[in-house]
Amino acid sequence: MPAEPKGVEGRAGDVVLAVGTTKGAFLFHAGGDRSAWTVDGPHFPGEEVYAVAFDQRRGAPVLWAAPGSPFFGTTLRRSDDLGVTWSNGDERAVKFPEGSELALQRIWQIRPGRADDPDSMYLGVEPSCVFESRDGGASWSPVDGFLTHEHRPYWTPGAGGLCLHTILPDPAGPDRMVVAFSTGGVYRTDDGGRSWRPRNVGVRAEFLPDKHPEFGQCVHKVVHHPARPERLFLQNHWGLYRSDDWGEQWHDIANGVPSDFGFAMAIHPTDPDTVFIVPLESDQFRCTPDARLRVYRTRDAGASWHALERGLPQHGAYETVLRDALETDEAAPAGVYFGTRSGKVFVSADDGDSWSLVTEGLPPVLCVKAAVLA
Amino acid sequence: MALTVVLPSQLRELAGGRGTIELGAHPDTVGGALEELRHEYPAIYDRILTERHEIRPHVNLFVGRNDIRWSGGLETPVPEGSELVVIPSVSGG
Repeated sequence: MPAEPKGVEGRAGDVVLAVGTTKGAFLFHAGGDRSAWTVDGPHFPGEEVYAVAFDQRRGAPVLWAAPGSPFFGTTLRRSDDLGVTWSNGDERAVKFPEGSELALQRIWQIRPGRADDPDSMYLGVEPSCVFESRDGGASWSPVDGFLTHEHRPYWTPGAGGLCLHTILPDPAGPDRMVVAFSTGGVYRTDDGGRSWRPRNVGVRAEFLPDKHPEFGQCVHKVVHHPARPERLFLQNHWGLYRSDDWGEQWHDIANGVPSDFGFAMAIHPTDPDTVFIVPLESDQFRCTPDARLRVYRTRDAGASWHALERGLPQHGAYETVLRDALETDEAAPAGVYFGTRSGKVFVSADDGDSWSLVTEGLPPVLCVKAAVLA
Repeated sequence: MALTVVLPSQLRELAGGRGTIELGAHPDTVGGALEELRHEYPAIYDRILTERHEIRPHVNLFVGRNDIRWSGGLETPVPEGSELVVIPSVSGG
């Protein structure tokens, strides 16, 4: 039997990583210098954990996870003590309504809402839909304008399923939100979720006869910075893009990368011009180019990208980093973290300049989230 | 006589650690038994069926030793004294 997880007893300023894998979730814990890590887990042994999240909008950390059994479906679990105990998931609060003809496959994203509305939360699920909670995650309902979208019959699943993996609320107010899913692309609402329009002008769909459809792009991840929320960065299934106007127009920023194919993307916590990615060779060979594990960083909003490789294996490294497995924390200098499909977790405590291996031998890593405890 | 439902280990947490539960009524068919399960143990029902009320693809139901796929599906009779057995598939990696 796997080790019995105990949870984390953290103090203010400590850093906790939640790592979701195909066989459970693991919690990593370090002091503020992020030099020595302990590991706790697996939580939910045997279950795939595609989504985890921290929420500290009310001060005390709340840890969320969405374990999914291949047999008995997905539940949403909450811990108010960093994994010492979890809500038991007795009631499956996340369900498609009767008559929708849809059934929940996976929860891909758990997203706390705006900081000034601590009861708001969102989920991105498969088949693609946004669920909303207005009571801090106690109850959930699908966003009706998205559930009944006229394009729904035409959305088709990518290799990972018809997954809605990105939710970016506008920090300025409740009306605007950007979501992204594979395949479908980027959609935006400006009226609080009642209507959604595709925002994919300039984003290629290499796998379709029409390379620039209105929708149907296979977007892998979109990030933005709350201090400049209208500027979006997008890692596509072939293509790196930036939009400066909430997705009205996208511009190619694949300047100096070995490949513009990849999944993962993360924004720097304090510098809106700094973004991290992990390019992969191609959709046919989804491994790091030249068998070298390199994170690429731009500090000028995509005008140039530079390889970060100090401490990362540069020989025989056929690694894959999935869309939610790259993350930053909010410390200074920023911590940057990623996990690989081969079960390794790497940490940088200096904005990505240098890296160290924290662990190896985990099940394939699906997602990584970090929190500096308040 | 109550109908006994035999649970796999993964679902016993939802039944207070028990491996079997007794339904208060004894419906005539598997479909009726699942409706009774939905009423008495909604969390266990949700693990066995989706919100479309379809048995999850990797969950198998047996009446006694008979897989209901081959014995009438939800219309499979549940005779007095029989057990409804829930068994996950031997699938996955």
